[in-house]
Amino acid sequence: MSITLTENAARRVRSLLEKRGGIGMRLAVKTSGCSGMAYALEFADSAGPEDCRFESHGVTVLIDPRSLPYLSGTELDFVREGLNEGFKFNNPNVKNQCGCGESFTV
Amino acid sequence: MALLQIAEPGMSAAPHQHRLAVGIDLGTTNSLVASIISGAVRVLEDETGRRLLPSVVQYPAPGVAPVVGVQALAAQDADPRNTLSSIKRLMGRSLADVGPLQDMPYVFADAAGGVGIRTAAGIKTPVEISAEILRSLRLRAETALGGALTGAVITVPAYFDDAQRQATKDAARLAGLNVLRLLNEPTAAAVAYGLDNGSEGLFAVYDLGGGTFDISVLRLTNGVFEVLATGGDAALGGDDFDLRIYRWLLDSAGLDDLPPPETRRLLTLARRAKEALSDADYTIIDAQAAQRDIRLRLTRATFDELTVELVQRSLARTRSTLRDAGLAAGELTGVILVGGSTRMPNVRSAVRDFFGRDALTNLDPDQVVGIGAAMQANVLAGNRGASDWLLLDVCPLSLGLETMGGLVEKIIPRNSTLPLARAQDFTTFKDGQTAMSVHVVQGERELVSDCRSLARFELRGIPPMVAGAARIRVSFQIDADGLLSVSAREQSTGVEAAIDVRPSYGLTDEAISAMLRDALQSGGVDAQVRALREAQVEARQLIDATETALAQDGSTLLSPHERDAIAHALYALANVVETGGPDSSGALRAAAESLNLATQDFAARRMNASVQRALAGRRLEDLAPSPAADPMRSAA
Repeated sequence: MSITLTENAARRVRSLLEKRGGIGMRLAVKTSGCSGMAYALEFADSAGPEDCRFESHGVTVLIDPRSLPYLSGTELDFVREGLNEGFKFNNPNVKNQCGCGESFTV
Repeated sequence: MALLQIAEPGMSAAPHQHRLAVGIDLGTTNSLVASIISGAVRVLEDETGRRLLPSVVQYPAPGVAPVVGVQALAAQDADPRNTLSSIKRLMGRSLADVGPLQDMPYVFADAAGGVGIRTAAGIKTPVEISAEILRSLRLRAETALGGALTGAVITVPAYFDDAQRQATKDAARLAGLNVLRLLNEPTAAAVAYGLDNGSEGLFAVYDLGGGTFDISVLRLTNGVFEVLATGGDAALGGDDFDLRIYRWLLDSAGLDDLPPPETRRLLTLARRAKEALSDADYTIIDAQAAQRDIRLRLTRATFDELTVELVQRSLARTRSTLRDAGLAAGELTGVILVGGSTRMPNVRSAVRDFFGRDALTNLDPDQVVGIGAAMQANVLAGNRGASDWLLLDVCPLSLGLETMGGLVEKIIPRNSTLPLARAQDFTTFKDGQTAMSVHVVQGERELVSDCRSLARFELRGIPPMVAGAARIRVSFQIDADGLLSVSAREQSTGVEAAIDVRPSYGLTDEAISAMLRDALQSGGVDAQVRALREAQVEARQLIDATETALAQDGSTLLSPHERDAIAHALYALANVVETGGPDSSGALRAAAESLNLATQDFAARRMNASVQRALAGRRLEDLAPSPAADPMRSAA
């Protein structure tokens, strides 16, 4: 299973990368947060030797192999909610998440 | 659910621990808030998409929440007394400081610690009014960023003094903002252009706003900006350009002065015409005034002619500020334009001609200060790597030394910008004193016991000298990281001792504000206590000196009767020092005076005796400047 970006998310990431520079973005899962695990979303300046690499709408997505099982099949979306806007994970592996959506269990 | 932003590599925050930081440009006319979102700077908008918040607050009635921004600005004509604008000019000022304010239609009153303005909702201070503006920006930021703010960087004019900076900080605290730092506006502009990434340079920041003009000269060395000179004109801005067009309109249409509502409408048209001329070579002004239709064509050439005097005035200020900084226009490595009025082509070309180089203009001049503040806030909140630390801080409380009598001698006043170094000379108190204890304290109070002790160390190996002869230079240095080091050096022998301290370490904001409050409230008491302690110290010095003199020469130079008189005065003074209460500073001075009087003859005789001793057994020619020419020589 792969990782994908929505058209909207990809457009956003591309424009951010244009301004900032970097080879792509990195998704990861950390063991922390109120429900056990948390997402991390970062710019990537370099790829590690073990990183899995996905391409979606012209954006390179890097994921370390330990995070991959928890993220497999995830679609990253960019949404606007009122004045606030940001990225949202649509992750089929999630069984439960805390109210804020930053932390989850599989 | 929370929406995520992209972080710098390795910097993603744990859930619920996002460090949301904003930069706020708290302006005289307009304010704005900006933040770094997914690595890019964004000036945050309100619900209607506006970025600039007019710095206007209306207090419509008692118990009614104040109105801030566009709605308040709209209410200014209808409710001028309760609608407050340009409040920044009053920050940290007392009524005496600001002088007569004919252009402000407010009812002024004295408030605790400064100017107050009487409104429908009671007396409001500039701090409270600014806090309303800041609160409005904070709410905007929290809605847009989806969480509570970790902190904010707020910009202030480079010429703001301690009181004005402190007032700005107080306003932020009142608005529920944690101030990460106050940043000088020209420095923020330089940061926005990334000039801090270079290692050194000299920059001029030309800031022509709506009503004020500021020119600052900055020097960058090792990533730290230093303000070399500031200047400007508090009554020169975009509004004056509008006024020139308005006058021209009246002249061209053959009109006399108009009633206020029509004046205001024409001024708005004048502003639009000015803005249009930034892109076009001419513009048509269609207006109705005095029951007439007016249609006029204003060319850029005419506009330039109308306003050339205003532009020249700004350049004259620029020239004198450069002179203050000891620089020539050609020596600068960069020029930055700030403020919406620098969009005018005639201003740009005049600045270019003056400095002989193109100015940096690619960022929006209305937003550049806020953008720089946001970038700095992002670094300070810890959202970037430590290598990006750029520190331009002020020290929150005064730093000083304990002197005799438990008094504080302030060496670095609070709100001094960092980094800095200050030195002051001290001396010994007792004859033959060979060591000195250096006690570093922090706070605004006059007595050591009311301030916070930071560090203590001793300087040993001072050569024995009479009291007051040794010269010990104590230097305070605070580097860009806020680290204080204190060193003491005896000037004649070069013996030295030093210590490192962290001045703000362990002091919470509450503690700082409590100390400041304390200092303000007890200023009068402190002055009394200080006077008493000083009198006590002087008295002890006098007692010591008299005792030494009595022991040396008392038996040879004084009759028993005289000796008794001195001893009596001495005892009386010692008695007041030991037993005198808190009100005894007058009694101390009187007792010291009578001891002085009693020893006057004794002192004169000692002086004679020591001169005699020095001259005893020496011939006159040994003392004369040129013995060879002295005719007495052969006779002897």
